[in-house]
Amino acid sequence: MQNLVEIRRNIKQRQLFNNIFALVGLFIILVAILILLALTLRMFIDGAPRLNWGFFSNFPSRRAENAGILSAWIGTTLVMLVTAVAAVPVGVASGIYLEEYAKKNWLADLIEINVTNLAGVPSIIYGLLALGLFVYDWSLGESVLTAGLTLALLILPVVIVTTREAIRAIPNSLREAAYAMGATKWQVVQDHLLPYSFGSILTGVIIGLSRAIGETAPVITIGALTFIAFLPDSPIKSEFPFISFEWLKAPFTVMPIQMFNWVSRPQADFQVNAAAAGAVLIFMTLGMNAVAIYLRYQLRKGIKW
Amino acid sequence: MTQQVFSSVSTKKLSPKLIRNLKEKAIEIVLFIAASTSVATTLAIMFILLEECWFFFQEVSIFKFLTDTEWTPLFANPRYGILPLLSGTIVTSAIALFVAIPCGTIAAIYLSEFADSKLREIVKPFLELLAAIPTVVYGYFALLFVTPFLQKIFPELPGFNMLSAGLVMGLMITPFVSSLSEDAMRAVPALLREGSTAMGATKLQTALRVVFPSAISGISSSYILGASRAVGETMIVAVAAGLQPNLTLNPFSQGATITAFIVQVSLGDVARGTIEYQTIFAAGLTLVLMTLVLNIIGYYLAKRFREIY
Repeated sequence: MQNLVEIRRNIKQRQLFNNIFALVGLFIILVAILILLALTLRMFIDGAPRLNWGFFSNFPSRRAENAGILSAWIGTTLVMLVTAVAAVPVGVASGIYLEEYAKKNWLADLIEINVTNLAGVPSIIYGLLALGLFVYDWSLGESVLTAGLTLALLILPVVIVTTREAIRAIPNSLREAAYAMGATKWQVVQDHLLPYSFGSILTGVIIGLSRAIGETAPVITIGALTFIAFLPDSPIKSEFPFISFEWLKAPFTVMPIQMFNWVSRPQADFQVNAAAAGAVLIFMTLGMNAVAIYLRYQLRKGIKW
Repeated sequence: MTQQVFSSVSTKKLSPKLIRNLKEKAIEIVLFIAASTSVATTLAIMFILLEECWFFFQEVSIFKFLTDTEWTPLFANPRYGILPLLSGTIVTSAIALFVAIPCGTIAAIYLSEFADSKLREIVKPFLELLAAIPTVVYGYFALLFVTPFLQKIFPELPGFNMLSAGLVMGLMITPFVSSLSEDAMRAVPALLREGSTAMGATKLQTALRVVFPSAISGISSSYILGASRAVGETMIVAVAAGLQPNLTLNPFSQGATITAFIVQVSLGDVARGTIEYQTIFAAGLTLVLMTLVLNIIGYYLAKRFREIY
């Protein structure tokens, strides 16, 4: 009898610990989500006085209330364009090679270990690489092209890993059916694997780009300017050949650098600008991530092998 | 004449099958070149860093670099001791891990063992979003939100301090730790849990004594990844911790990390060939070596504790 009471007490105690832990776990997660909401809200509230049309259409200025992010958001758009054009083909091609072509030998192992390690290299190191290699050795200067290529290298591992995962998820029976019909390897990749994995790869690319948009350190390292009161040359011309690539060589600034510049000024006025820029930046990255998460959710629902 | 020969050769030898095979081979080569860019990137990083450090260490002895207690390369009377930058990096990273490892682990255990799948589906995207916020935004948050808050508790806390930078960095790293640890724990076979539950263990006991030890390989590598992110994090510390190299382990003081120093120098105009230019590469090499050591430890831990089911 005595024993039974003790056992009951023991069970109660263990259940209590169990429940306390569950509450603590839930609490931590709720706090994390609350911080996310508070952070976003706080940015929007602090920045609200500046979030008007002029903020998007003005150049930076010495006077906080006239300063805007025109050169920053255009710079970000152009840099992202270069990043996407460089990272997507190379990343997807690497993923395809590693997953479908590579034989199991030391070379494939080397590339694989390398991709994993590159994902762990601090972003600022890419900035140093770009400063030494792109800016000086290749004389690309402190330009849109340099920044785009740097960020492309930075998100390459993300694109490679998602491509591989997407291709690996396609069942082998599909490949075998295509080979049985006499398709070559590339035909299998082009006509079957790529179309089926398109959605998942796109998700990975969006997540990679959303990371690149917020990266500040490597872009500072290659020498992006913080005060730019002009726009790069327009890519579209009225006379032949209508397209110009002069903008690739233009000096530039990007959103996170503009924000960093305003944060590091002592005047409170500029901190309002920083908050407004932060709000725009959060809106961009969260928006891109939301699209990616939604896409992934839809894909998971849609595909049943 | 040559035209004729050429066309006759091409009709005779380049049969559709051959063309097809050639095309396949060409595509494979192109794909291989794409895959090699990642190796080229690593080699280029090592080459660039070592090249500039070679010049740097001709001016400054390695012994001085590792033992001098002052880091003032931009002053008239420069001293090149990496220790103050190392202490800044270690203090901020330690605070960050002090937050991220317990919170991340508890969140992961909760999500993997306690939460039902509906809650998990809702919560996980939010945690992912938390990890996606640009770090310069976190820097703003640390400087203008967390520091004033901490100053209410510790009135003598300076406006720039390593404590608030570290805490916010921990917040940023928590989702990484929790999501990787959760993956590791979910990979533990259900049979082990069922066995434990059948013996009368509560969920918590099962989680702590069965699931956690079985997943320790994956969990430890999530900690290592968190640590290497903390060491390499730049903008939060550059904004909130001040840029004053300071050989101290006191989190209430200002400090500069290796990354913050690189940013500080890059903001000015540095010409190639000057010693200022070379210092940021020496600092960068130190950073790479630190993350390399972390990665090797992580690799060893993952191998040492791997359970095969």
